[in-house]
Amino acid sequence: MSAYLIRRLLYAVPLLLGVNILTFLLFFVVNTPDDMARMQLGQKRVGPEAIRDWKHERGYDLPLLWNEGAEGTAQVTETIFYQKSVGLFLFRFGRSDQGRDIGADIRTRMWPSLAIATPSLVLGVAVNVSLALLVVLFRLTYLEFWGMALCVALMSVSSLFYIIGGQYLFGKLLQLVPISGYDGGRDAWRFLILPLTISVISGIGSGVRWYRTLFLDEVEKDYVRTARAKGLGELRVLFTHVLRNALIPILTGIVVLLPLLFTGSLLNESFFAIPGLGSYTIDAIQQQDFAIVRSMVYLGSTLYILGLLLTDISYTLVDPRVRLH
Amino acid sequence: MTGAASVPLLQVANLRTGFLQGGEVVRAVDGVDFHVGAGETFALVGESGSGKSVTALSVLRLLPQNGRILSGSVALAGEDLLQLPELMMGRVRGRRIGVIFQDPQTSLNPVLTVGTQIGEVLAWHGLRRGRAAADRTLELLEQVGLPEPRRAVSAYPHQLSGGMRQRVMIAIALAGEPELLIADEPTTALDVTLQAQILAVLKTLQCDLGMALWLITHDLGIVAEMADRVAVMQSGRIVETADCKRFFARPEHPYSRQLLERLPRLSACRNHRDAGGDAPPLTLLEVRDFKVYYPVRKGVFQRVVDQVRAVDGVSLELPRGRTLALVGESGCGKTTLGKALLRLIDHNEGELRYDGVNLSRPGSDDAQRRLRAPMQIVFQDPFSAMNPRMLVGDIIEEGLRALRPEIGHDSRRERVETLLVSVGLPPDARIRYPHEFSGGQRQRICIARALAVEPRLLVCDEPTSALDVSVQAQILALLVDLQRRLGLSYLFITHDLGVVAEIAHEVAVMYQGRIVEQGPTAQVLLAPAHPYTRRLLAAVPKLRCG
Amino acid sequence: MIPTLFWTDGLFFLVLAMAGALVLVMRRREHFRRPWRTVSRSTPAMVSLVVIAVYLAVGIVDSVHFFPRADAAGSAAGANEPISLLDHWLGGLRTRTEKTYSEPFAAYAYAKEHLPTADGGQRWDYPRLTYGGAHLVDPESERVRDIAVTGVRGAGQGGLMWLIAAAGIAALIARSRREPIGRVVHRVARGQTPLPWRAMLLTLLLLCVGGGAIAEWSAHYHVFGTDKVGADVLYQTIKSIRTGLLIGTLTTFVTLPLALVLGLAAGYFRGWADDLIQYLYTTLNSIPHVLLIAAAILLTQVYMAKHEEAFASLALRADLRLLFLCLILGLTNWTGLCRLLRAETLKLRELEYVQAARALGVRDHGILLRHILPNVFHIVLISVVLDFSGLVLAEAVLSYINIGVDPTTESWGNMINSARLELAREPPVWWSLAAAFVFMFTLVLAANLFADAVRDALDPRRAE
Repeated sequence: MSAYLIRRLLYAVPLLLGVNILTFLLFFVVNTPDDMARMQLGQKRVGPEAIRDWKHERGYDLPLLWNEGAEGTAQVTETIFYQKSVGLFLFRFGRSDQGRDIGADIRTRMWPSLAIATPSLVLGVAVNVSLALLVVLFRLTYLEFWGMALCVALMSVSSLFYIIGGQYLFGKLLQLVPISGYDGGRDAWRFLILPLTISVISGIGSGVRWYRTLFLDEVEKDYVRTARAKGLGELRVLFTHVLRNALIPILTGIVVLLPLLFTGSLLNESFFAIPGLGSYTIDAIQQQDFAIVRSMVYLGSTLYILGLLLTDISYTLVDPRVRLH
Repeated sequence: MTGAASVPLLQVANLRTGFLQGGEVVRAVDGVDFHVGAGETFALVGESGSGKSVTALSVLRLLPQNGRILSGSVALAGEDLLQLPELMMGRVRGRRIGVIFQDPQTSLNPVLTVGTQIGEVLAWHGLRRGRAAADRTLELLEQVGLPEPRRAVSAYPHQLSGGMRQRVMIAIALAGEPELLIADEPTTALDVTLQAQILAVLKTLQCDLGMALWLITHDLGIVAEMADRVAVMQSGRIVETADCKRFFARPEHPYSRQLLERLPRLSACRNHRDAGGDAPPLTLLEVRDFKVYYPVRKGVFQRVVDQVRAVDGVSLELPRGRTLALVGESGCGKTTLGKALLRLIDHNEGELRYDGVNLSRPGSDDAQRRLRAPMQIVFQDPFSAMNPRMLVGDIIEEGLRALRPEIGHDSRRERVETLLVSVGLPPDARIRYPHEFSGGQRQRICIARALAVEPRLLVCDEPTSALDVSVQAQILALLVDLQRRLGLSYLFITHDLGVVAEIAHEVAVMYQGRIVEQGPTAQVLLAPAHPYTRRLLAAVPKLRCG
Repeated sequence: MIPTLFWTDGLFFLVLAMAGALVLVMRRREHFRRPWRTVSRSTPAMVSLVVIAVYLAVGIVDSVHFFPRADAAGSAAGANEPISLLDHWLGGLRTRTEKTYSEPFAAYAYAKEHLPTADGGQRWDYPRLTYGGAHLVDPESERVRDIAVTGVRGAGQGGLMWLIAAAGIAALIARSRREPIGRVVHRVARGQTPLPWRAMLLTLLLLCVGGGAIAEWSAHYHVFGTDKVGADVLYQTIKSIRTGLLIGTLTTFVTLPLALVLGLAAGYFRGWADDLIQYLYTTLNSIPHVLLIAAAILLTQVYMAKHEEAFASLALRADLRLLFLCLILGLTNWTGLCRLLRAETLKLRELEYVQAARALGVRDHGILLRHILPNVFHIVLISVVLDFSGLVLAEAVLSYINIGVDPTTESWGNMINSARLELAREPPVWWSLAAAFVFMFTLVLAANLFADAVRDALDPRRAE
């Protein structure tokens, strides 16, 4: 087990290296810092002076990989790759192009993201699994037919419409909750309840369909027939046998998402003006702040790889058949 | 001994069952009448697809979603089960009727412990609770003869072997103390030696508990050993019901007679007239110290810490124009050996000589490819052995295209048609797809495909065990005929000693990667030297009454 | 008129040609004919197909571009932007712009203005629209009647067109089945044909009647109102169809080759090739897709800004950005299919017919081409149709974050993005959102229903 974990951890290293090199190529080689400077400073009539200053302030004026002008180890360290990319391995995100401390930003903004993303995930899964179980319980009836038809309709609506419609209905027409905003204190729930509801509803269509197929896969299995042959009632069969087996793909599917809860949801946070990492990312994209985008790419990848690792571990916990070595 | 004269426990009358397929009902059981008396053993015999399992599932009302009971009645001690509400039916299943399904691999819930799965029955039917339930579980596991029942209680199914799992299935079925036990092919998925043990357990338990046993099987050997009465089923109907003694002595229905005739007998060892002249046959294939290992990797850097010895130092000689049967239970390495001989799997050590040419030294890819023609393979499952997306003609000529590209289109087509005729199929089978043929016909196509490149050696990997008994005999006859006409050599891999007796000149018995005994068929089967061979032979069900 | 071909036009036609060729190939293969026959008997699938076909027709007409005036090269840049055949046919719809918002079917503007009165003074009131309802003398009394009359006239014309089409179809069926046409009509009307012709024709009737009415209305009104700069919303949402279709289809140009080649190679050759390919797609998968797309789009923007001279016209620029978006979406989308194909190939290569082929001396490329590819192809098809609706939905989200199509390209995402704050106005401006919603929902729903039927028929695990 521990050998397995160490091996998986070691496998993460080349993955992170790959992500790092890919982002380095995208952000510094395909387009040079000169291009970024020109983009930031405005296209026309930017003097070489201004560009040089802009690059110097942000440390983009170093050579990419090898500093000819420096001595000793500085030949390696005094480069963009070392300063901007290697630091990411140690979660040293540096400063944004606007001069903000990205690491500090991430630390403060991840809490609102967690506050909205965690209950969304938990509630979403709970609702979807219960509805899917209900549909499976009533399979081959009109309830299943119309339920599935409704799911297809629900998943054919763009998530933007759920948010816009929800804000209009609950925020403006019914005036039940504030349309957007966030408060860290005890009143946070008033701001969270609408995005929470909307994210749960917008996920029902595809979620219920997905869990239903998981359940139906199990319902056809031989051991379910054995359970029925024991005389067990339909509910008992569903809960102790079908659900217990389907939990394996369900749980492992969720575990991979857990670390990514930190980065929050892009759309929800941006629409509801929640100061989390999702809206941070969107702002960075819209302000074309490459330093933040780069940091978020790296952070997102790390968390995803962590999620993969957790998935492997969770298999051993929920599936007695899996022994890792 | 219990007789059939008592009041019937289960009375099935005019049962019709069908499946909804594309808006139409396809009949699976078509008007079946039979009864099972209290305490007796009743066997329902038939080939796969004859509707015997569907009959059992209909009685239990456990048909798959598209299954429909169309008419008839099923009376358990006078009470019509088909009229019961679902809730009441739950008190019959598991409590008054227990079931054992064919495949213990898939019939147990993989994520629940054995104890939970047995205890569930006790609790649900209100038989035992708490400590008493735990004691009863243990008692049941002891009853079915599970070694170390205490450890088995907390084990998961995957930690048990196939035979142990089937014992657990029996324990589950017995937990409700049923009056009737339905055993649907209880030993088909198991090896011969295990088969005998499971059958013995069933027999003892039935005697001890005095319950009725309804045995569903395709194997007349098992019927002869177990049953009081037997019913033969063919395409959804029961064609003959008889007392077991009478049945084996004087089968009445032609189909019953056909089934009995096809039953392979060990005593019918192949006589060696067709072996050729007096001169000792020349060796075609020679294997020395052949080893195939699979590495076991462990630790952070996945170092190879151990080897699974699938084939562990085998030496064989296969004479020209003869059949060598390779016998052994599943997992003994016989299939691995067959594939390694064809170089579909790399071997780690040893020498492989075909007609004096050393094949184990890898030459260039192209040279290796050219050396493939003389050795071909016929697989067990004729359904997965052919690409469903290709026409039969394309399947057969594929080898010609690859190894004999110089043959033109027209003569290739001609050869395909000749091959089809020689395996007993019409030439226009060429332009049809594999799924349009039955299992036996498919196996003929597979043989034609192998013959297309004019091999001198065929590795036949259980070529008949996926087929029905009546078809098995035809395929065996075809193989014998082809051997005589073309002078082929066969390496015949099988677990079925009856087939061995019918087809093989020589037998090699394989056990845990090694050959433990080798010799002429009659000698090995009738006077086995190795204890393992003796165990194998002892496990073959004998025709008690016949 | 000088015809011109945008990159996306060419590729779109290439996709259509390839799909057509695929249909021809599959018609000759029994194992594909069977599942497609199942699809063709499914009412939801065929109704969806009618809807998709109508969208596709609009997309095709909108992909034939030309310069409206012959002196294309000589005129000042921008003055003679290429337009599509659809623009040409919709003619007035494109050019009849108002000053700002107006409600659907409105004759008056959304906002009050100082209007000159007859006596030379000014009054604060809603002005008449330049085009919407301009033919009415007194909108208050005439408008409702006029809308009804025009609508009925349009619907009638649409119905007439439907009659002709339905008669043609019935004649074709009658000819192919060699039956008298009367019997065919009777059987279609009672829903007794193997193909659900009745449902399909009813859908077509709905589309014809609705389309006819809208066409007739749109000559005098803005059916879906106008947006902030007074542009007709109906025109925008019709133009968005092409964008949605392109995003959903052109992506396959990247997805399919990558997923097929790498997935089959990883599964068949295993060993280091498998390790490398798995590493590649795990790495790519670990990067949040939105960020990867964002980074790539930002980089194109930088590139386009740097090489401004290389992009002759705004339209060309927008077109290349659309193409690039498709490619990027493909690059983030292939990993799922690749993983499926790898897993399936791993299974197939151990199957007995592959072993038999190896024993027969068939070379690796022969096995891959004849044995593996045809047996994984249903996975590819299922994945393509299932991905389509997801991609159409993704476009809207990406456009919202400003990393979607060019802001000048008409797309549902851009429509939603520019209209999302307008619900907060008083009275709320809902019609842009409504138009985008209706058109997008219809396409995505049809695509989803069709995809479900295709999956049910082609997936051997589901087809029983």
